[in-house]
Amino acid sequence: MTNATKERSRDGARQAGGSPEIRPFQITIPEADLTDLRRRIKATRWPEKETVSDDTQGVRLVTAQQLADYWATDYDWRKVEARLNAVPHFITAIDGLDIHFIYVKSKEENALPVIVTHGWPGSIVEQLKIIDPLTNPTAHGGSASDAFDVVIPSLPGYGFSGKPAAPGWDPPRIARAWATLMKRLGYTKYVAQGGDWGALITEQMGVQAAPGLLGIHTNLPFAVPAEISQALPGHKAPPGLSADENYAFERLDFFFSHGLAYAQEMGARPQTLYGIADSPVGLAAWFCDHDAKSLELKARVFDGKTEGLTRDDILDNITIAWLTNTAISGARLYWENKLPIFPPMGVAIPVAVSAFPDELYQLPRSWAERAYPKLIHYNRLDKGGHFAAWEQPELLVGDLRTGFKSLR
Amino acid sequence: MSVETLKSRGPSTAAPASSDAIRPFRINFPDSALVDLRQRIEDTRWPDKETVTDASQGVPLALMQKLARYWATEYDWRKIEARLKALPNFITEIDGLDIHFIHVRSKHKGALPLIVTHGWPGSIIEQLKIIGPLTDPTAYGGRGEDAFDVVIPSMAGYGFSGRPASTGWGPERMARAWAVLMNRLGYSRYVAQGGDWGGLIVDQMGVQAPAGLLAIHTNFPGTVPADVLRALQLGGPTPSGLTADEKGAYDRLDFFFKHGLAPFLEMASRPQTLYGIADSPIGLAAWFLDHDDRSQELIARAFDGQSEGLTRDDVLDNITLAWLTNTAISSARLYWENKLDYLAPKNVAIPVAVSAFPDEVYTAPRSWAEQAYPNLIHYNRLATGGHFAAWEQPQLLVSELRTGFTSVR
Repeated sequence: MTNATKERSRDGARQAGGSPEIRPFQITIPEADLTDLRRRIKATRWPEKETVSDDTQGVRLVTAQQLADYWATDYDWRKVEARLNAVPHFITAIDGLDIHFIYVKSKEENALPVIVTHGWPGSIVEQLKIIDPLTNPTAHGGSASDAFDVVIPSLPGYGFSGKPAAPGWDPPRIARAWATLMKRLGYTKYVAQGGDWGALITEQMGVQAAPGLLGIHTNLPFAVPAEISQALPGHKAPPGLSADENYAFERLDFFFSHGLAYAQEMGARPQTLYGIADSPVGLAAWFCDHDAKSLELKARVFDGKTEGLTRDDILDNITIAWLTNTAISGARLYWENKLPIFPPMGVAIPVAVSAFPDELYQLPRSWAERAYPKLIHYNRLDKGGHFAAWEQPELLVGDLRTGFKSLR
Repeated sequence: MSVETLKSRGPSTAAPASSDAIRPFRINFPDSALVDLRQRIEDTRWPDKETVTDASQGVPLALMQKLARYWATEYDWRKIEARLKALPNFITEIDGLDIHFIHVRSKHKGALPLIVTHGWPGSIIEQLKIIGPLTDPTAYGGRGEDAFDVVIPSMAGYGFSGRPASTGWGPERMARAWAVLMNRLGYSRYVAQGGDWGGLIVDQMGVQAPAGLLAIHTNFPGTVPADVLRALQLGGPTPSGLTADEKGAYDRLDFFFKHGLAPFLEMASRPQTLYGIADSPIGLAAWFLDHDDRSQELIARAFDGQSEGLTRDDVLDNITLAWLTNTAISSARLYWENKLDYLAPKNVAIPVAVSAFPDEVYTAPRSWAEQAYPNLIHYNRLATGGHFAAWEQPQLLVSELRTGFTSVR
């Protein structure tokens, strides 16, 4: 890291991929951008309310207006900007694209390097709460031998990374880029973690098995057995499933029957979504509607009941996407992806799994053992959902320490 | 926090004192609504461009920016408003909801009453070009014997009709409401026409077979046989033994199932999440442009200077109506309400006339139409025209209606 030039990059300009040098980066959003955002929220043209009394038609008007009210008045971007700038950020060009990442080295010796990948609708803010517990375990009830160096990239087309100008940035390519990144940082031994797209990419890293990758951890495993995938269109679980397996089947059935539309729209027509690029509330609602349980959680949060996530957490993530104008470039990852959801990919290296109850489906141990020949850790948790690092950082950190212990 | 600051929706949707009354309806949007729209278009926060060189990721940025430039500068809503105001517009409450409609009586005796229903992303604007030829045929190269009285309602949650405040307004309920409307207008014999949702609604009118309904015409018939539908839902294999016309229809449907379903799945499951199309004019416009591939290509050509069937003004008239009436989400809710299969036969036993246009989502083969409609009184396969038949090819559609309904007069 020789060049100390600080780079500011935000908003819509596509980057043709600058230098492979690792350049320090600081986030400085102009006040005019924040004023503009608030103005747009206040000028929202609202539709009428839903004709039902629950979430079955989507994000309810009351939730959207509670969110907008807070966002336009009390919400303060500068708080998360300061938290972000309190950790080191960098940019480096990999495979023709600028990749942004947070990089925090532990002061402990023999810290295990881990690259942690977010998903959609996500960003590096999802992982902020786990950085210090991972890199500085003794300050968080852990031991020095559990320390990690942490690398947290922004996906291509998300946050502060560049927006690809041509097709091709699919999950396998991102996985290769992450291996390049860890190598560029000088690591010959490291692990990888992810949820949502981060899980798919982390498992692809497992499939690619770059030298140096010791093992992976996932909180959204791709481990649904073939006979289950085949049974899902018929909505009937095969006979003889255990209670855990039946529960997983029901959750998967619900997801594939009711919860896929946003993913199908982004997968087929990401460019049509001008409404989420032009309307802050449009973007916010689209992001809140990732899955039924997350939406319920977020609605409760905006109604005043914080659990796992605060209003600021939710808006920090949405605001990054707004300020970087990455709603559509982020959606394009769905268009790029050709890999099926959720059949196993054939990961033969060590795998650690955390199965959270409110995830899209809670993976049963039996399926994990079938999918991962080298399953080194499986934990079934009592609480937590799709955004594990964000909602339940202590639980996730606990699983990463335990899960990766055997690889150190 | 500004909620809906512009009163853009004519009479309220509350029930009037005399429920059956047919009240004249005045269309008049204030200048402030048009200024606000223009400002919002000019203020659009644009995403980056698609990474492909075609429409395979959705509506291309260049097309949307061309549309935006025209919409914010040269487009003039007052032109279409004047055309609408020159027609007789009414509102009446049916089944608890205000239903708006245009009603033009022919001067010809023996004119056949006809109710014409639009679809999504549509409105009564789609049918304006057929009113004159249908009601005043002699001024359009036709015969007095081919005259129609024309009734053109706005669907529940669309245009100037009320937006339902509770669930239940699916195509079956609208079909019943349309029969009530025709009775209320004093018609004891009438026919019904529709495409897109209008096609589903006239099929339901056919199923309900109210006294007075003589026949229906559809340019979006429900004819796809069960085994073909199954193959489409599973993504193959192609059913065996299809004729050339049937295979052509299968291929177009297969394309639609594989590439075109996504916006409809979103509207059917999460219509309320679409704040982006209620708040952003360009968001709304893009969403409307992305109905199907052939329509989008047609519209792209119009904005490229090659008008054929649809002009830029046509396209923007329809989008602007939805914007001004704030019906983007209420119109999407119809997909959520609907429980019927869009394409399957519905057991319509009354007389049916079918027009199959080449650029429709699928061009129904005669064989499927005959299987679906035991009382098929007319079938024609046109050489030109797509999904928005009345709008793009008014002369062809009018001719089809004259021919198709002759036998029931």
